[in-house]
Amino acid sequence: MPTRRHVIQHAATVAAALAGLGLLPGAAQAAWSRAAFEANSLAEALQALGVAAPVDSREVTITGPEIAENGAAVPVTISATAPGVKRLLLLVEKNPATLTALFEPGEAVEPNFQLRIKMAESSNVYAVALLADGRVLYARREIRVTLGGCGE
Amino acid sequence: MAEPMKIRAQATGDKTVVRVLMAHEMESGQRKDANGKAVPAWFIREVGVALNGRPVLSAQWGPAVAKTPFLQFSLRGAKPGDRITVTWLDNRGDNRSDEALVV
Repeated sequence: MPTRRHVIQHAATVAAALAGLGLLPGAAQAAWSRAAFEANSLAEALQALGVAAPVDSREVTITGPEIAENGAAVPVTISATAPGVKRLLLLVEKNPATLTALFEPGEAVEPNFQLRIKMAESSNVYAVALLADGRVLYARREIRVTLGGCGE
Repeated sequence: MAEPMKIRAQATGDKTVVRVLMAHEMESGQRKDANGKAVPAWFIREVGVALNGRPVLSAQWGPAVAKTPFLQFSLRGAKPGDRITVTWLDNRGDNRSDEALVV
């Protein structure tokens, strides 16, 4: 009968082997940038990703409704026309956690994404593009949220 | 096990528009249940897309992506009959992978 000590040792060996193969869910999830997604300001989120302060640019666009009747599903499109987009981020200033989505498009994918997001309240929403040449560009849009459609 | 995703990939010339609808609660972690107890966050954290088995896009999401996530993007160079695979992984370690052919 295996002792407790043996069982623990065996479990550790198996876990190490799985991690080495990249099969352990924990290892796979290490790709998620926890610090950035838990940040509650634009500056904090960008700092967690090791990114410089962004510059306002026409090479990045963000579109969405001026007034969103339902904060639970607000359609937003972020895109960049600048060359060499490594990452494209979507951030909602007044949400409990600012960073909402981070896209890493490969060569075959256009840096243009449409997504539906939750908004806690009226807020500025940002698209931030991280370029291969080190530039960090942003576009901002204010989206007003009317809860329950009572209007403001 | 989560319900399958709905994936549509439509080619127009060199450009293929991909639309994905994922069945997921995307619980924000901010909500309280009827007894006033906080409902723990439960959301898709990672999304991957492959074209004919080759990774072309990866994404990380937070809990503010809306329930039943809808994602639309465009691919260059895909042809009708090409295989699009979308995979997601949530914060509970649950995952799902579905495929569609470009039309």
